[in-house]
Amino acid sequence: MKKTAEDFAHIPGWGIDADPKNEPTYPNRHRTGEEHEGRSWVRPTQQVLDREVLHSIERPDYTAVVGNSVPPSGLSGMIRRFAFKYSENEYLHWLPLLMADKVNVVEGIIDDIAHGTVPNIWAEKGYNAQWKHDRSGMLVKIATAAAVTAGLVYWLMPKNDRSDKYVARGNYKSGSKR
Amino acid sequence: MLAMDFRGPKRVRAVQKPMPTILHPEDAIVKVLRTCICGSDLHLYNGNVPDTRVGMTFGHEFVGEIVEVGSEVTNVKVGDRVLVPFNIACGRCIFCKQGMFGNCHESNSEATAVGGFLGYAHTGGGHNGGQAEYARVPYANFGPTVIPAGMSLDDAVLLTDITPTGYQAAEMAGIQPGDTVVVFGAGPVGIMAARCCWLFGAGRVIIIDKEDYRLEFAQNFAKCEAYNFEKDMDDPVMFIKKQTDWIGADACIDAVGAEAAGNAMQTITGRKLLLQAGSATALHWAINSVRKGGVVSIVGVYGPTDNLVPIGNLINKGITMRGNQASVKRHLPRLIDHVMNGILKPSELITHRIPLEDVADGYRIFSAKLDNCIKPVLIPPTANA
Repeated sequence: MKKTAEDFAHIPGWGIDADPKNEPTYPNRHRTGEEHEGRSWVRPTQQVLDREVLHSIERPDYTAVVGNSVPPSGLSGMIRRFAFKYSENEYLHWLPLLMADKVNVVEGIIDDIAHGTVPNIWAEKGYNAQWKHDRSGMLVKIATAAAVTAGLVYWLMPKNDRSDKYVARGNYKSGSKR
Repeated sequence: MLAMDFRGPKRVRAVQKPMPTILHPEDAIVKVLRTCICGSDLHLYNGNVPDTRVGMTFGHEFVGEIVEVGSEVTNVKVGDRVLVPFNIACGRCIFCKQGMFGNCHESNSEATAVGGFLGYAHTGGGHNGGQAEYARVPYANFGPTVIPAGMSLDDAVLLTDITPTGYQAAEMAGIQPGDTVVVFGAGPVGIMAARCCWLFGAGRVIIIDKEDYRLEFAQNFAKCEAYNFEKDMDDPVMFIKKQTDWIGADACIDAVGAEAAGNAMQTITGRKLLLQAGSATALHWAINSVRKGGVVSIVGVYGPTDNLVPIGNLINKGITMRGNQASVKRHLPRLIDHVMNGILKPSELITHRIPLEDVADGYRIFSAKLDNCIKPVLIPPTANA
């Protein structure tokens, strides 16, 4: 059973924007006819491109305004330039970009060190806040990571080394007489 | 100037960077007074959005004071306090003319599915954002809107993204009076979407999440029913069917996007290995919970895809099912009225006020859901707050 408007009196503004004509394609249906004419609008002034900007090959040129935050550079930049040879429809566009991001992180660390800055990973990851608000959870994570790392190291260790270690510690003296 | 600096997944810091300059005659430079960390920033923070470059400044939600304008700027002037929509829109291309300001065709050279966004990776155009003391704002004749006298900066900053996004989520759901609407995700956008469903005349609003503190907040703020999918139900779809006399909800809103929890396989393939557009768990729940002939409205962000459907493009391009980036400018007149009339009070979502210098802690608190955080606001040292 539908509720009545009186039921909603405690909710400020109930129904204030209700529109029986509202349908889920609004506002796309409000068309002007220009969509049949392609790129017909009077374009804004073109921003001067004073640094390298990549642009999607799904458009013929640059937008009138472009971002200027970080131009492509280094190995990650080479990968990004490769990615922009392919359309947004291609995995050869997206997957190299994801790879470039990972390369870029390493480049960032190298760049920091080259400029005399040792990245403060603890602070950059916000671990001060984590320590303050979730100390027990953080300790569990650290302990889990330590245990997994120790397990992996042991698993990857050559078997001879493993047995040698135990022999050295005297825990197992295989072949020795008791 | 002090600005946030992205260094890699889950690594950010505040550093000194050069002041932004006028690069286009329609640019303005804005001194930032309030800026938020958004759930969408977490996709960048976690390394899920391709072409997120080290050295970039995030931040697409901010308000501030105009300190410089380009030669063709006439609609705002130095000294104006403005709220800056997260979309960069020219106001004259074919899509802007249809009110699709989130899909402007003159602000993002690097992708065609989406328009340009402030502070949102190079997939969003490579524009630096507002988590800084100063920011460059392109197309200042169109986007920046003078903050009305009497509106607080905290209310204004939440009109730059999450309030219009929540509102558009409800609008896109095509709600008819009396409809039952389910919102998946009780983050700031989900909570605001739940609140806005009532404005469109919903008869019942249900929100679903896995964090009790968020659900409690949503219940109080949005006056809706709130359920924990880990505690209150075995299967959210079955739960909704039972709640709706086995018919399904009239509309479902996905306010989660790529980082949805609740399904191990989706988490591994979508969130950890990035083999598909992200974890589509919330989207699956929405599609499967809605009634036949109902509407699924998506404002959660999804990435590029290795599965069958390029769902991110459905959202970014505003295609029916129905999803889109919010066209902030289109909603502002209505939403400013609602705030000024006391119908909406967005600033009530703000739980944390963090100095810009501590931006790394802010990201950690928000992303790890520490300290009952709903919405953090960053305050630059020059804001004199």
